[in-house]
Amino acid sequence: MPGAIYAEGLVKTFGDVRALDGVDLDVPEGTVLGLLGPNGAGKTTAVRCLTTLLRPDSGTAVVAGIDVLKHPDAVRRSVGLSGQFAAVDEYLTGRENLQMVGQLYQMRAKAAKARADELLEQFHLADAADRTAKTYSGGMRRRLDLAAALVVSPPVMFMDEPTTGLDPRNRQQLWDVIKQLVSGGTTLLLTTQYLEEADHLAHDIAVVDQGHVIARGTSDQLKARTGGERVEVVVHEREHIPAAAEVLSGFGKGETTVEEHMRKLTVPVTGGAKLLAEVIRELDTRGIEIDDIGLRRPTLDDVFLSLTGHVAEAKDGENGASQDTKGAKRRKETAK
Amino acid sequence: MSAATDAAPVAAPANPISQSIRDSLVVAKRNLIRMSRIPEMVIFGLIQPIMFVVLFSYVFGGSMNIGGSTNPDRYREFLMAGIFAQTVTFATAGAGAGIADDMHKGLIDRFRSLPMARGAVLTGRTLADLVQTALTLLVLAVVALLVGWRTHTNIGEVLAAFGLLLLLGYAFTWIGALIGLSVRTPEAATSGGLIWLFPVTFISNAFVDSSRMTPWLQHVADWNPFSATVQACRELFGNPGVTPSDAWPMQHPVWASLIYSVLIVLIFRTLAVRKYRSATA
Repeated sequence: MPGAIYAEGLVKTFGDVRALDGVDLDVPEGTVLGLLGPNGAGKTTAVRCLTTLLRPDSGTAVVAGIDVLKHPDAVRRSVGLSGQFAAVDEYLTGRENLQMVGQLYQMRAKAAKARADELLEQFHLADAADRTAKTYSGGMRRRLDLAAALVVSPPVMFMDEPTTGLDPRNRQQLWDVIKQLVSGGTTLLLTTQYLEEADHLAHDIAVVDQGHVIARGTSDQLKARTGGERVEVVVHEREHIPAAAEVLSGFGKGETTVEEHMRKLTVPVTGGAKLLAEVIRELDTRGIEIDDIGLRRPTLDDVFLSLTGHVAEAKDGENGASQDTKGAKRRKETAK
Repeated sequence: MSAATDAAPVAAPANPISQSIRDSLVVAKRNLIRMSRIPEMVIFGLIQPIMFVVLFSYVFGGSMNIGGSTNPDRYREFLMAGIFAQTVTFATAGAGAGIADDMHKGLIDRFRSLPMARGAVLTGRTLADLVQTALTLLVLAVVALLVGWRTHTNIGEVLAAFGLLLLLGYAFTWIGALIGLSVRTPEAATSGGLIWLFPVTFISNAFVDSSRMTPWLQHVADWNPFSATVQACRELFGNPGVTPSDAWPMQHPVWASLIYSVLIVLIFRTLAVRKYRSATA
């Protein structure tokens, strides 16, 4: 039985650009799929096709058991969409915004008002309910936008880069809201270019690049494809690097890589924490002083890099995610 | 499944026409609230026509020959119907800019993802603009009375003239809606909504006696939908008009004005709603 969100062979072209080039998706009811990919990969186009905003050139799409192409209106009654931009009317108050959306979901005025109050409370916007959205911070606007998508508690939700441009604190807050939502049984398709975000929120991840799904699986499965864990050591003195490399090679399951300027050595291993303890003991015995040591599991950055040959990067540097992509950029330098 | 199933009740799809009316009114209310919170927009919308009334009546007043007379008072009475009509058509720019702004901010996406009547976003906007146009006309009529404009017919005819003006304004906001959906930025919608209005409102009988234009230009002016409304208003106000032309719209201006406006609504509403269905920011 197909899941709450199901797509087969979705194709959408804009002129010469094949934004979607045969995308297949299957999201079981009550789970979260993270659609992960860089800008221009086709994530937004996929969401727009599944939420009736765009008509695909070919392919099948079924959302909440309803054929998207045949019954778009019925689909609209069953989905909530929260977009890349907080789509709220900035000259309306928070309450007016939610009330309007409720009424356009065909709720009676009174019911829409009651629901608006409920959501404002739930999203910690009650104090700002009667201020125009213009006065809201970025995080508050996103919360209001998300609340608007939840007015009828739709069984299926789509969130297109819900935290792009938010600072870490607001992102964390929004993640909590999303987790709460999912624990209530909502099926969610979430697009993101933040690997950390997909790791955090999604049960399954589909990696998209140039209109194709190039890999799918759980976060752990994808990481396993990239290779297992590794030990990273930063030594205190530069002259200790050769000695440390010798130690690591003794424990490693592969080649030891050295980043001279950072005094950092990395080696793939198996054996987990027990092995790490042995490495530490051996380094200590040889009198090699270390600044940092750790067992690192591959991040989704590594996954993306190994799958596509390029790093998932935000095109615009203005977003609050620089912390997440820093790792990716660093690895890119290493890869060169 | 608690959060997913204790959903607020969503009414079953109602009768499409009543749903369409209801949705349009919800959107119209939203736009009226917006307008009330950006009063400067309404005020600028008023200043411009008032300026035209004053400039045209005092600067041009003495040099205009209306039906063989250069009496400035006569020109003032002649002028008002033209200014009224031009003012209502300028609502086009507001409608276009508003809709382009909604596109730009992603609101149109939000609306399109909701189970609402397809044309309601645009109908709601044009209805809100109609209310604003009515207010503008009211203020303008008071200013016109202050500078000496008078009507010489009964109240029913005067109201009918204002009705035709509002209908013309409403029709033109649908052209604005189409422009707003077709351009990339609100700024482009504002200028794109205004530029073509200058030839439309000036190649007409609104400000000058069109019978004194070059024949081909007069022909354009006679058949200009805008001229029909202006001529109809002059008749209904009992204000002095231009030398009547043989063109059908000038002979039957009230009917011509009605037919033109209804046709514009039908054509541009169809085009705009079709455009809206496939709109992408």
